[in-house]
Amino acid sequence: MSVVATPKGRRRGWLLAACLVWVGVLLLVPLIGIVITALEPGVHVVTETVRAPDVIHALELTAVITVISVVVTALFGVVVAWVLVRQRFWGRALLNATVDLPFALSPVTVGLAALVLFGPGGWLAPFFESRGIQIIFALPSMILVTVFICVPFTIREVVPVLEEIGLDEEDASRTLGASVWQTFFRVTLPNIRWALAYGVALTTARAIGEIGAVLIVSGLLQGKTETATLFIFRAYEERQIPAADVVALLLAAVSVTLLVVIEFLRHRQERERSRT
Amino acid sequence: MGSAAQALGGRGGLRSSPRTTAVLRHLALRGAAVVYLGLIVALPVVAVVTKGFGDGFGTFRNAMATPAAWAAIRLTLWTSTVAAGLNAVMGTLLAWVLVRYRFPGRRLLSTLVDLPLAIPTLVTGVMILALYGPNSLFGRFLDDLGIRVLFTPIAIVIALCTVTLPLVVRNVQPVLQELDPAEEEAAATLGAGPRVTFRRVVLPAIRSAVVAGTLLTFSRCLGEIGSVILVAGNIPKKTLTAPVFIFQLTSQFKPSQAAAVATLLFAISFVLVLVTSRLIARDEASA
Repeated sequence: MSVVATPKGRRRGWLLAACLVWVGVLLLVPLIGIVITALEPGVHVVTETVRAPDVIHALELTAVITVISVVVTALFGVVVAWVLVRQRFWGRALLNATVDLPFALSPVTVGLAALVLFGPGGWLAPFFESRGIQIIFALPSMILVTVFICVPFTIREVVPVLEEIGLDEEDASRTLGASVWQTFFRVTLPNIRWALAYGVALTTARAIGEIGAVLIVSGLLQGKTETATLFIFRAYEERQIPAADVVALLLAAVSVTLLVVIEFLRHRQERERSRT
Repeated sequence: MGSAAQALGGRGGLRSSPRTTAVLRHLALRGAAVVYLGLIVALPVVAVVTKGFGDGFGTFRNAMATPAAWAAIRLTLWTSTVAAGLNAVMGTLLAWVLVRYRFPGRRLLSTLVDLPLAIPTLVTGVMILALYGPNSLFGRFLDDLGIRVLFTPIAIVIALCTVTLPLVVRNVQPVLQELDPAEEEAAATLGAGPRVTFRRVVLPAIRSAVVAGTLLTFSRCLGEIGSVILVAGNIPKKTLTAPVFIFQLTSQFKPSQAAAVATLLFAISFVLVLVTSRLIARDEASA
């Protein structure tokens, strides 16, 4: 038996080792590397960095953009998913394809698009300028580009679940006299909650990490339109590397926490699905 | 109104008004979906493509004629091809190992694979800088060997491989999970070696998932900027990728030229995404 098992075992060993080396070199070692690099200069650098007004402002701005983007994409994401699954109409395929467009677009292109629309001489610039509303190089455009990039996440998680649960439960609820809202909150929402939560977690991670589009639309105004990722970018350009590393470590810590949540939600969702 | 509702709702009868409300509600939701996607997604895409072609095909050709633009696009295309190829192989292997092998640390490996979904791409860039930079042991070791990673295309490929690591794995994994190991055992019993079994039994089942994941990886690589911008050095004609080039053009107030490069990138990506969704749809139809 062992004679037969040896070449198989050896092959397994090689394949496993190749995978571990690949993931180790690309992810695990760099992750440990950033922890060491960021903490090496000492605790005082860490405390000074997280107390600096620029850093606090950048983190707050990232939080504001993330929360608004998550709320918008979750609300409209459920509406779009519901319409795509439950309604048949002319142009539905086109609407469906539009959802995936952000996957095909570089974040820089998204930023550029906002510039073309709202920038100096842009298509919509006269409309907003005459009303004294600043879109580009300000918070509104930063939220718009982040929402654009995050559009597909919730929708692509909720659509398959809605397809799977079908209409029976919703029909039954309506037949029993429940209103549309009661049906939605008592029947539909509990069915899609894990998919929705998973989509929200992915959206949060993506919104926190967004850089390409905000690099263009923010105008890089220090202390005004500078998000956490933009702070890291500027700190590197200005050779304030210890501060950049500390904020990078902080964002890495947030994303690892999010990842644990994401993994938990994925398992919940898979379990829920295999039960039905 | 009542008859219209009857026609639309089918069984309206005397209680036509709730039917009408239902139809209106349907239309309102559909309208909200169309307006949301139209304003947030479609309008900006139309804006960039229109700007890219400006006064016709001439603007597009002029923007493309500069050597810097072509060099940036060529660099982006070849580094993305290498990264997509590497992750096609390693991603399939990872999916295989995660599905078929049981070993201590499997859950940890699975979680690590998903890490690039959560970690900001710029932070990935910072991690690469910290690891391969002159201040780290590893960086100095490579330096002694005469290998330079930072500010060369190698750093770009490493960055791209890292941020797209989960894509092939997560496409192939569910397909492998559905695949019955009994088929492979049958092939082995009939005298097929591991290579033949893989080629004849496993590969046909996972082929379109691998292709879909790889195309997605490639398309994602074409647009990647966060992980690349810090580690590439951005030397024109050498390590300046197309997305970073687009960023530089916009900060130099050359939006038309930027839009031309962006349109070309988008065209390539869009075709790939369309092919990918076709592949997935065909697979689901045959399953």
